Amino acid sequence: MPVTVEHVTHFLTAAAAIIHEHRDELTALDAAIGDADHGANLDRGFSAVLNRLPTVADKDIGTVLKTTGMTIVSTVGGASGPLYGTAFVRAGMALADRHEMSDEDVVLALEAALEGIIARGKAQRGEKTMVDALAPAIEALRTALAEGRSLGRALQQAAAAAEAGAKATIPMLAMKGRASYLGERSIGHQDPGATSTAYLLRALAMTCSRNEEVA
Amino acid sequence: MIGLLIVSHSARLAEGVQEFVGQISGGQIPIIAAGGASDGSLGTSVERILAGLEQLRSTDGILALVDLGSAVMSVETALEQFSGPPVHISNAPLVEGAYLAAIEASSSTATLEHVAAAALQARELIKVYE
Repeated sequence: MPVTVEHVTHFLTAAAAIIHEHRDELTALDAAIGDADHGANLDRGFSAVLNRLPTVADKDIGTVLKTTGMTIVSTVGGASGPLYGTAFVRAGMALADRHEMSDEDVVLALEAALEGIIARGKAQRGEKTMVDALAPAIEALRTALAEGRSLGRALQQAAAAAEAGAKATIPMLAMKGRASYLGERSIGHQDPGATSTAYLLRALAMTCSRNEEVA
Repeated sequence: MIGLLIVSHSARLAEGVQEFVGQISGGQIPIIAAGGASDGSLGTSVERILAGLEQLRSTDGILALVDLGSAVMSVETALEQFSGPPVHISNAPLVEGAYLAAIEASSSTATLEHVAAAALQARELIKVYE
């Protein structure tokens, strides 16, 4: 079953809701090793996205995702603005003029998002960042699809891998971002960026699974 | 003429550096402050940075001096939407780097490379002689 613009809109709505729900938790994680604004920043960014969505509802998937990215860039004042903004813009560029996506397109969009985050943040795996949640999620998604799982099921496995990836940042030494200034004191805390990435993948998995149940 | 763009998470800190550095260059060189998030709270704003770059469009080059964290990424994101004179993001500490950059930029023959190199010398600046 192809993913349509409507599904993308549902995903963004679910993403805004899950970020809002976990806003205080994300900010508390950021207070431990950053500047205590991650939850509040992302909540502001995604509510601005919700306000913009009606203006692009009749456009292609690429335009919706690029608009999402630009809105996040212009409303989020912390590092997550340029990082998630670039991720959504790159995913949108990978899906320019498209009104439907196949399972493979979802993988390609997530890979474009990951490449955008890596290019912007110059982070590699193991450095206690969003990459540590998103990279294993894409691997799990690829594996599950290759095993013949439906997109919704495969994304559930991807979301679980992202959550495990976020938890795995706890013993890591931060090498990028504000947390890296803490040095060894960054060890023992879960990375807020990896955590919000896991929530966004959970929102994506919930949206696609629900579509399959309805269909 | 080389321009300086001061990017800080704090709008007041960016304006303070602009004021401080503007004094030693005697208003000879364009210095623009682009601090704070879009709503003025602590953070960096691609929109504010882009507006600052636009104000420096008529220069021959722009040296961006930044504080921490997202400042670099926000400037890089803004640069993807800016097609003006060349821009270099300095690895120098904000205050000292801006100070040395302004002194160098006050020379009418200074290029962006000269100003960028002068700012980097701030990394080796000795303040306290033991």
